[in-house]
Amino acid sequence: MAQFEGFVADPILMAPAARPRVSNRTWLSAYFGTPGNALITILCLGTIFGLAKLAIGWLFLDAIFSGTPAECKVSSGACWPFLSTKLRYIFFGFYPFDEQWRPLTAMLLFLGACGVSMVPRTWGRALAVTWIVVILPTLYALMAGGLFGLTVVPTTQWGGLPLSFMLSFVGLACALPLGIALALARASSLPAIRILGVGFIEIVRGVPLISILFMATVMLPLFMPDGITIDKLLRAQVAIILFAAAYIAEIVRGGLQAVPKGQIEAGHSLGLHYWQIMRKIVLPQALKKVIPPLVGLFIGFFQDTTLVTIVGLLDFLDTVRTAMRDPQWQGIAVLEGYVFAAVVYFFFSALMGAYSRFLEQYFRTTHD
Amino acid sequence: MSLFYDARIRAFLYQTIAIGAVVFVAWAMFSTASANLAKQDIATGFGFLARQAGFVITETAIAYEPTDTFGRAILVGIANTVKVSALAVFFGTILGVLVGIGRLSHNPVLSRLMLAYVEALRNVPLLLYLLLWYSLIISVFPPVKQAIEMLPGVFLSNSGLVMPAMRWASGFESLLIALFVGAAAAVAIERVLARRRIATGKEMPVATIAALAFLLPLAATLLFADISVSMDVPELGRFRLTGGYHVRPEFVALLIGLTLSASANVAEIVRAGIQAVSKGQWEAATALGLPRSRTLKLVILPQALRIIVPPLTNTYLTVFKNSSLAIAIGYPDLVMVSNTIMNQTGQAIEAIAIFMAVYLGLSILISLVMNWYNARVALRER
Repeated sequence: MAQFEGFVADPILMAPAARPRVSNRTWLSAYFGTPGNALITILCLGTIFGLAKLAIGWLFLDAIFSGTPAECKVSSGACWPFLSTKLRYIFFGFYPFDEQWRPLTAMLLFLGACGVSMVPRTWGRALAVTWIVVILPTLYALMAGGLFGLTVVPTTQWGGLPLSFMLSFVGLACALPLGIALALARASSLPAIRILGVGFIEIVRGVPLISILFMATVMLPLFMPDGITIDKLLRAQVAIILFAAAYIAEIVRGGLQAVPKGQIEAGHSLGLHYWQIMRKIVLPQALKKVIPPLVGLFIGFFQDTTLVTIVGLLDFLDTVRTAMRDPQWQGIAVLEGYVFAAVVYFFFSALMGAYSRFLEQYFRTTHD
Repeated sequence: MSLFYDARIRAFLYQTIAIGAVVFVAWAMFSTASANLAKQDIATGFGFLARQAGFVITETAIAYEPTDTFGRAILVGIANTVKVSALAVFFGTILGVLVGIGRLSHNPVLSRLMLAYVEALRNVPLLLYLLLWYSLIISVFPPVKQAIEMLPGVFLSNSGLVMPAMRWASGFESLLIALFVGAAAAVAIERVLARRRIATGKEMPVATIAALAFLLPLAATLLFADISVSMDVPELGRFRLTGGYHVRPEFVALLIGLTLSASANVAEIVRAGIQAVSKGQWEAATALGLPRSRTLKLVILPQALRIIVPPLTNTYLTVFKNSSLAIAIGYPDLVMVSNTIMNQTGQAIEAIAIFMAVYLGLSILISLVMNWYNARVALRER
């Protein structure tokens, strides 16, 4: 003990610790602590107030809630009758009016199934089989008809929000296996396969989606033998799948690179061959890592499906536009439709964004 | 059968099959396409590029008349695409850095407002915003007949902003040269003084000296060179404005849309980059007595830049590719000009091939430039 005596007796160390200075910051000082900060707060509040005033004035105070196009024309506010008369067209496009319960049911079924599938606990083989065997055929039967006495509705009459959902969901679902295959090709040790993979991915990522949609709608018919025509909707769908696959491949590649090399070597030493190693060892680890960024990518593709309106498909944005171009409402409802569409897109995108953040948190807390 | 178990032979087999399949599909498509085109009597080849275009392009970043060739029209489209994307990248980066820093502010009102800004932009399709901005401009501003004269000669209407333009008779080139010489001199002086400061520790008024070096050649040219300029002031006619420089609503809507969407992405990248700099760096700078703004500028941002640059490249490429949405609101970018050519000549394959090749080439160029910049700011490990 003796050797510590000098240490213990050190007067400086023996002195009571200085009381930590109590911060005089209150909640108010975060807002008005310094003159600069106060100015920022006031400017921000002013902006918020101005925007809110503008929005409330347009949406409610100056708005017309019921009436004719003529009444809307003289008012400076929003024209709610436009939305209420056009709502069914905006949602379902030219789908036969009396049959519109079918896309509605399909959409509710789809959203419900998505909601259930978003819970990680439900993930597994059973869920995938349910989707492929039950949900997707039911959705298709509801939309297309021809079964159970439902009248046939050709794809040229499909439109609105169900079409947007279909383009983005089917697009991603089909692009996922293709993207994984491309990522594997890019990581392959066979030079020809690798070059083909890199070539496809980089070319698709280097050009805008609109050019691929143009290719699919304008160029593809020229490449088809006589007598074979492919449905326009299907062509756009294929374009979206190919486009999405290249982006998915890059994300999956990130996941593949994050799997330690030792995993592959361990697989080899167990005598597994390439596909077994990929299927049973590498991909399960890689895909788990990339699920959150994939959901993020999905938000982007959901928004990108709006581009099909440029090549003349009636997606949700296009039904909004054509509704506003109706001679009865032309020049009257110039913003209402867009604002409504923006709210709908915002709702679904923000929902998926929140889900992506939830997944990130979920995977961080469960062990890898 | 034992041959099939040889890894080398199998590798060869797989690759041959893959290449064979691609070649076969390409050949099948090519042969059916040429048969189809021959049947529909559509010309092939790029000969049409030398023919007279004959259509009007409303916005021309480089000189163009309808009597020029299709090739020239495509160049105009490229120039328009580059113009709007470059401006959007420039403004979007500045705005995005400010918003990204604002997101991390200690002021809760500011950081929430910036969060709302980013979320509002990221969760709504860009195409929708473009259409919205465009119809806002069209519907909010008065028709040309009742154009608002904001300043003498500056007219604002729903067909855009028209303002006086300078028509250079002479002296434009010398002014341009003076501008370049001044900029080069300013950069050189800044470099030399920085090296001196590091070597000797002496502070010099760098900004003042550099500004002088920049302004001197300009002032000299203005004083001594033969410069003659005439102002082309727009006039309000019965139906339209004639003369002057015309900023069209399509361009403004596209620029606003691209700038805002770029700024939201840049803001997220900047925020993530700043947050990735370890907290100890903040604490060390605070311990040295640096205020928050200088900590950010001198300590945090230079380190964050290393993390920021690679994703920033992607954002710039996205802006460049998104400029193709111009076709939805009628800004004559590369895609829209190609589309017009496609409709006039029927040569869809060539027109699409040209614009895809241009996008691909410029994308690669942007990647190369950004990779070069990235290598410059990257951490040099010794």
